[in-house]
Amino acid sequence: MSADELIWRIAGGSGDGIASTSQNFAKALMRSGLHVFTHRHYPSRIRGGHTYVEVRASADPVKSRGDGYNFLLALGDSFARNPQEEAYYGNEEAKPLAENLDELREGGVIVYDSGLLDPSEVPNFDERVEENNWHVYDIDLRSLAREQGREVMRNTAGVGVTCAITGIPLEAIEELMRDAMPEKILEPNVEIMETAYDLVHEEYDVDAPDVSVPTGDHDEDQLLMSGSDAIAYGAIDEGCRFIAGYPMTPWTEVFTIMSQNLPELGGISEQVEDEIAAAALAIGASHMGVKAMSGSSGGGFALMGEPLGLAEMTETPLVLIEAMRAGPSTGMPTKPEQADLEHVLYTSQGDSQRVVLAPGTVAEAYEASRRAFQLAYEYQIPTMIIYDQKLSGELTNVPASHFDREPNGDIGMTLTEEELADQPHTADGKFHRFQHDGEDGVSPRSVPGQKGGRFLATGNEHNPAGHIEEDPDNRVAQMNRRQRKLDAIRADLDDDGLLIEYGPEDAEYGILTFGSQQGTVEEAVDRLNENGTSVKALTVAELAPYPVETVRAFLDSVEEALVVEMNASAQFRGLTQKELGTHGELLSSLLKYNGNPFEPAEIVEGFTTKIVDDGELPGNETKFVPAAGD
Amino acid sequence: MSAFSAIGEEREVDRNEYTPEIEPQPTWCPGCGDFGVLKSLKGALPEVGRTPEETLLVTGIGCSGKLNSYLDSYGFHTIHGRSLPVARAAKLANPDVEVIAAGGDGDGYGIGGNHFMHTARENHDMTYIVFNNEIFGLTKGQTSPTSPKGHKSKTQPHGSAKTPIRPLSLSLTSGASFVARTAAVNPNQAQRILKEAMEHDGFAHIDFLTQCPTWNKDAKQYVPYTDINESEDYDFDPTNRAEAQELMRETEDKLYEGEVLTGVYYRDEERPSYQEEKQQIGEMPDEPLAERYFDDDYEWERSYDRFIDNHK
Repeated sequence: MSADELIWRIAGGSGDGIASTSQNFAKALMRSGLHVFTHRHYPSRIRGGHTYVEVRASADPVKSRGDGYNFLLALGDSFARNPQEEAYYGNEEAKPLAENLDELREGGVIVYDSGLLDPSEVPNFDERVEENNWHVYDIDLRSLAREQGREVMRNTAGVGVTCAITGIPLEAIEELMRDAMPEKILEPNVEIMETAYDLVHEEYDVDAPDVSVPTGDHDEDQLLMSGSDAIAYGAIDEGCRFIAGYPMTPWTEVFTIMSQNLPELGGISEQVEDEIAAAALAIGASHMGVKAMSGSSGGGFALMGEPLGLAEMTETPLVLIEAMRAGPSTGMPTKPEQADLEHVLYTSQGDSQRVVLAPGTVAEAYEASRRAFQLAYEYQIPTMIIYDQKLSGELTNVPASHFDREPNGDIGMTLTEEELADQPHTADGKFHRFQHDGEDGVSPRSVPGQKGGRFLATGNEHNPAGHIEEDPDNRVAQMNRRQRKLDAIRADLDDDGLLIEYGPEDAEYGILTFGSQQGTVEEAVDRLNENGTSVKALTVAELAPYPVETVRAFLDSVEEALVVEMNASAQFRGLTQKELGTHGELLSSLLKYNGNPFEPAEIVEGFTTKIVDDGELPGNETKFVPAAGD
Repeated sequence: MSAFSAIGEEREVDRNEYTPEIEPQPTWCPGCGDFGVLKSLKGALPEVGRTPEETLLVTGIGCSGKLNSYLDSYGFHTIHGRSLPVARAAKLANPDVEVIAAGGDGDGYGIGGNHFMHTARENHDMTYIVFNNEIFGLTKGQTSPTSPKGHKSKTQPHGSAKTPIRPLSLSLTSGASFVARTAAVNPNQAQRILKEAMEHDGFAHIDFLTQCPTWNKDAKQYVPYTDINESEDYDFDPTNRAEAQELMRETEDKLYEGEVLTGVYYRDEERPSYQEEKQQIGEMPDEPLAERYFDDDYEWERSYDRFIDNHK
């Protein structure tokens, strides 16, 4: 058993408090000085159905879920029993135990709630335990919780058991419970946890723990954050005070955080009738000079293509978030995928231009959110952030100093009334909104209510004064100006460090990836280098405009590269080849689209098999697509 | 100088200020009812005391959408059916601006029907003008949601099997606090109703009958109108929902047969607008949100200061 990390999986039924318990547990570990990373797996169902959360903790920084895990806390699914004889979803009672054994590492620990789970329902349980040298603790958490409080508190009992087995001090968890719980339920919870803790000490020999927890020491304050938290806080720090949305998993997380906070910040949140309206509202607020955002997930974002084009043509700043989940159509609502890339890049008619940022980590999600607003308002262009269900919900520790930044309410090139009164903004006594033709293509705007700044914003092609006009020369001039913004943005982004190169600079091989797979790829790169394969990785966090030069330089420096992404049609590789126009023969793809993100070992295996051995993968979890040529 | 000195400016406004001094001049067909909307709007805005620079006109697509080009104010010509969500947010962002949304019957009752229902339900403080000519004009004469049953067009050559939408009843049922119908051929009434609508504090919906001499020659726009607020034959109380509903039902039943009734059908001055409701529950700032972005002294709050304890 590896002593350098704990990967604790709490499994049970949806609605049984798995998420909140794991969040507290992760926070307690973080407070004790460890680096943490959570991975959650849940069904599209509110009550019942197998769900789990993994909390990975290590003294060293952790960037992804691990390979498998080493501690299972299996709670019963209190919603599994179907009172009807003909349960259409079958008997799920054994699932929290049965469904989780495949990935449990050798020598790992199993704690199960014997009040609700019966291992005799799990095929070959005893044989598997023996074979894998698992340490099993059967404890009646349900009765324990019932006797001292309420049955639902058995998750707290499970945490007490975990602490006893791993040596984590109970005080750390208790302290958190005191912060988070109302008085009424605090005492019974603490009692239940302590009783469970003592019970394990009485009945088992845990002085030499089967799984020990490392000790860690951060050099500064850490915060436990999800990608959705980071995006919302980035938006708030950039002065966004208007959001409109329609709920859709996993975009709802950002929408919820913003809605719960904007009123106290004097901002406005609107839940509206559909996603077309949502994006249109953001445009309406932005037109008035307010920093505004909207967003959705794939299916809802499909409706936003129309307002997206309107924002581009009227040059109204707009920030949209696209939280990807598995598609097509409603696909798999609670499972991550990176298959909306082309959707986001190319949706909307005409030669429409937008900026697309794809943060790879929680910390970067905050940067991307701030940057998206800066670019949208500076350049008066729609800017999108794509991320996925994995990054949206995973929690990890980020240094507190990362968020302690100057707020920014600047809305870009918007004139004051004094400026509006002067040439060259006003010609013939009228404000010419789309006239001034700076090198970066941006023309200063005014907002309704300002004296001397009235103009028409229209989705039709228009002349400098804003009037609808189809004159060919005007068309070309306006189109060229709008297109020029992208060159200026590209130059801006080049200085931003949005491309993360990782691994030895002179490595022989490369891995190219984007978005939430960044951490997993980096972990795989470390392992490959430890094993003697010379690999480096490049994570591309700006997808439009595409950083052609940097990617080209990276690919020129390696013999061969593997493109890692979570979709079936190699969309990111396709984009790279389209933008570069070369290097096709260098790039093969490692794809995964079964609803689960990559584990580091899968990338190690994929890389070794494909690039080093030129072989084929044994399983069907992941898939290769060979190099395509130019 | 305030960031928005055009707002609340007290001065005489001449209707000609709303006329763009340069091209384009209206390109509506000769005899088009849309001229009547433009004319009455230009008359009503000065009466309400609104200057072009404190007015935002948000339109959809179609002949009605061209209104924006011919009325010189702040304008936003959006996309088909989407004027209302853009206008709603504009009003929320700066409630001091006079926000008027306009669209056609296809735009407003067809593709934008969902937004219509919800904007009425929420009772946003704005005026919504629907140019109702019972036809798609700019796409050359297809059947619209208000075309009568049996109406023949190139896309419904055997005559429409659909019962036309009932805009007034729909509006009232959805929650609009001001519902009126007027007609382009009666510009004096139209101007009066537009003025009342703008002065109304809540969602004011005007079904504006506009004749389309090009594509809809035989439509009702050519019959005489009766003003229900003026006529002695109609004794009803526009603040009484049930009476308004009854009258709407009657007129919408016979719109394509005989007498066309116009006027203010319903007015609810008691119901607070959405903005007021939102302010009451603490979800909307007292000062216009837009002003904050022009205030150099405003102290923006950092997420760190507020939320960080939750994550420690």
